[in-house]
Amino acid sequence: MSAGAAAPGPQAANADPAAGMLDQARRLVEDRTLGAVTAWKAAHPGALAIGYMPIYVPRPLLEAQGCLPVAVFGGGDQVDIIRGDSYFQSYICHIPRSTVELALAGSLDVLDGMLFPSICDVIRNLSGMWRLLFPDRYSSYLDLPQNFDPALGGRFYVAELTRIARELEAAGARPLDERALRDAIARENRRRDVLLGLDALRRQQPWRVPASEAYLVARAGSALPAAEHAALLAGFMRAALERRARPYDNVRVVVVGSFCEQPPLELIRTLEMAGCDIVDDDFQLGLRFVEGEIDESGPDPLESLARAYLERGAATASRYIGDDEKGAALVRRVKSASADGVIFAAASFCDPALLDQPMLEAALVRAGIPFTGLKFAENTGQFQVIREQAGAFSDAVKLWGSAA
Amino acid sequence: MNAAAAVQILHPSGAAKDHSQQRQKQMLADYFAALSRAKEEGRKVVYTFVPGNLVELIGALDMLPVLPEINALQSAMRKRSAGYIAEAEKAGHSEDVCSYVKCDIGMMKSGNIGPTGSPLPEPDLLLLSYTGCFTFMKWFELLKQEYRCPIVMLHVPYQASGVITDEMRRYVVDQIRDQVVPAMEQVAGRKLDPVELRRRLALSRRAEDDLVAVWESARHRPSPIDGYFGGVYYIGPIFSAFRGTEDAVAYYRELREEVEERVVRNEGPVTPDGTPAIERYRLVVEGPPNWTHFNDFWRMFSREGAVMVSSTYTRVGGLYDAGFRHDPDRPLESLAEYCLGCYTNLSLPARIELLERHIRTYQADGFLINSVKSCNSFSAGQLLILRELEKRTGVPGGFIESDLVDPRYFGRANIENRVQSYLQMLQARRERSVA
Repeated sequence: MSAGAAAPGPQAANADPAAGMLDQARRLVEDRTLGAVTAWKAAHPGALAIGYMPIYVPRPLLEAQGCLPVAVFGGGDQVDIIRGDSYFQSYICHIPRSTVELALAGSLDVLDGMLFPSICDVIRNLSGMWRLLFPDRYSSYLDLPQNFDPALGGRFYVAELTRIARELEAAGARPLDERALRDAIARENRRRDVLLGLDALRRQQPWRVPASEAYLVARAGSALPAAEHAALLAGFMRAALERRARPYDNVRVVVVGSFCEQPPLELIRTLEMAGCDIVDDDFQLGLRFVEGEIDESGPDPLESLARAYLERGAATASRYIGDDEKGAALVRRVKSASADGVIFAAASFCDPALLDQPMLEAALVRAGIPFTGLKFAENTGQFQVIREQAGAFSDAVKLWGSAA
Repeated sequence: MNAAAAVQILHPSGAAKDHSQQRQKQMLADYFAALSRAKEEGRKVVYTFVPGNLVELIGALDMLPVLPEINALQSAMRKRSAGYIAEAEKAGHSEDVCSYVKCDIGMMKSGNIGPTGSPLPEPDLLLLSYTGCFTFMKWFELLKQEYRCPIVMLHVPYQASGVITDEMRRYVVDQIRDQVVPAMEQVAGRKLDPVELRRRLALSRRAEDDLVAVWESARHRPSPIDGYFGGVYYIGPIFSAFRGTEDAVAYYRELREEVEERVVRNEGPVTPDGTPAIERYRLVVEGPPNWTHFNDFWRMFSREGAVMVSSTYTRVGGLYDAGFRHDPDRPLESLAEYCLGCYTNLSLPARIELLERHIRTYQADGFLINSVKSCNSFSAGQLLILRELEKRTGVPGGFIESDLVDPRYFGRANIENRVQSYLQMLQARRERSVA
């Protein structure tokens, strides 16, 4: 293990000014029965809570119709899979089986509907399974365009969003209203500003904001309205700045490949314990999917949502990279974060991440950026091998500037 | 053609071949010969995928298609896929992902030698018809790294609600008209002749009519066709380079005549052992076949008298028996509907309805799911398909697991045990119902 490695957490929890907010975030993330959603619905009688699978659904559309968007990331490492396994072969990734498990157990009953954005064939087919398993609940597939020409993919996407809005209205949501959508976009932009501020702080002073904590406070927004999440993020950031903390002699890494099924929190901590400061990642990519602000003043806010996706969507594995060089976006991220290397952390059997990886690796080789790779499942419980691998990577990068 | 002549030509393995198969073999030989001459003759080569392929457009611009899935399955049948996959995995490709992709990448890194022993020509254009399979997108992103040629993508929306909406059709038509055709014309160095495109679409339609007659012949008892193992040969021309050609029209007319003659003779399809099948069980199959042990797999059924009366794999390149036809009077619209309607672009509920229809139409005794590790587009959800079909039809289903072209995932003893147990269960059910 790296000599400079240290346990995350800048100081004892009882003296940590961020401890309260971290506790709140942890409770939200670990609450598989969605108690916060139940509370929100009690406070907003008649309003709908709409779940959605990773990676990206335009949350402002849902908020504009008075709905609470709820990102569903499966059961993590806290759910015993009993019935879910009987629906999926061993070579299918873990998130659909734990999501089905939660739904069959009634843990998602508080949701009034589910959206399945196009990301891969497994989530695509899960949308059909959902209709068969839960025929009385609203569910829909959101086909995100892979053609990024506004006149082609853009028009199709606007039609998709209009269809979803119509379906939500039929399910009991408010009709889509232009002003409400503008306001929701503005709230999403504010949330994004704060999140980017937190990301910047992580990059500048990773010892002050470990990735494992940033992950918790970002993911806590899964079931919060944008404005509440922005307040939590801002509060956490203020508290983090008050911390007494000192830098460690860690390597700076970017972690990619975990954009859908999420790694166990312990895995993120393991990487940190192995001497890696994770200065950028794609764990909660949905919140950062649009790289830049969504236009708040354009003539048609629905069009603005569409343009944001088309023109500034993150270059992730589920998005077709036609013109740009494959991997160029990752190299830019590494440079922008002043990272020393990349750790590929893909969920086992994740087609998008694993098919992408050789191309991204090739780009890193061309750019002289060291990398290593590991696979996980959301319920992985053994981390020793990962710790040794990450520690060896960290040491190699520090000693020789490469993983060779 | 007389009946005897239809099965007189013997394959080196000893299996009898129909004349239509000989015709197909010659068509393939001519096609690969044309590919081997393509560069010297200045003909352009377009790599594209089977589902949602636009071969009428490619042909109308006098270009030649190459279909990487077909290269992969042919490599598997020639026992080359294991080496190619190992080559790709050595280069960093995960063991978890599609073996078609790895086989193709490995083949390319090993010289891209085609089935005739000659190297396949490099592409002048990658036409990414993104229809019904997410992996296609990654596959051509990978090929784009290897070949410095233009790429054009056709995004085909998923039929999640079981219908083709006007918006979907328009999205695909507009992409074909505004991006795909111009990119193809640029590479071909000529403008698309709409008359030639319509002529090819009319030829497609004629072949499609005959293919549907072949599929529907399986209503007869005994079925004159094997709609899965035999079916993959029947779909060869129409799913690949030959749709929209006179060759395909002649092939399907000949195939139809042979099948109709078998109906008259009350004869089953020819098995891999070269003898007509003795029909004891009629099965419908969901999922692609295993290609590495294709004949062994087939024999597990044919030697027990199990005939596959229909399959979904043979619909990945078009749902003609559900009514779709290419239409020369609506060229781009019908190309769009073709792309949208491929089997793997259907929602899970629609797939179940289709299977249910086939089980009833072809009076199947059972249905079998061959779940392949490589293909999440097919496989994710198949265990629910199994339950739903049993519930709706009362017909028992069998479930086996293998892979497309990775021989490591073909567990012969395990699969054979499952197949035999399943067929014994069908027999026991039959005896109980008679008693």
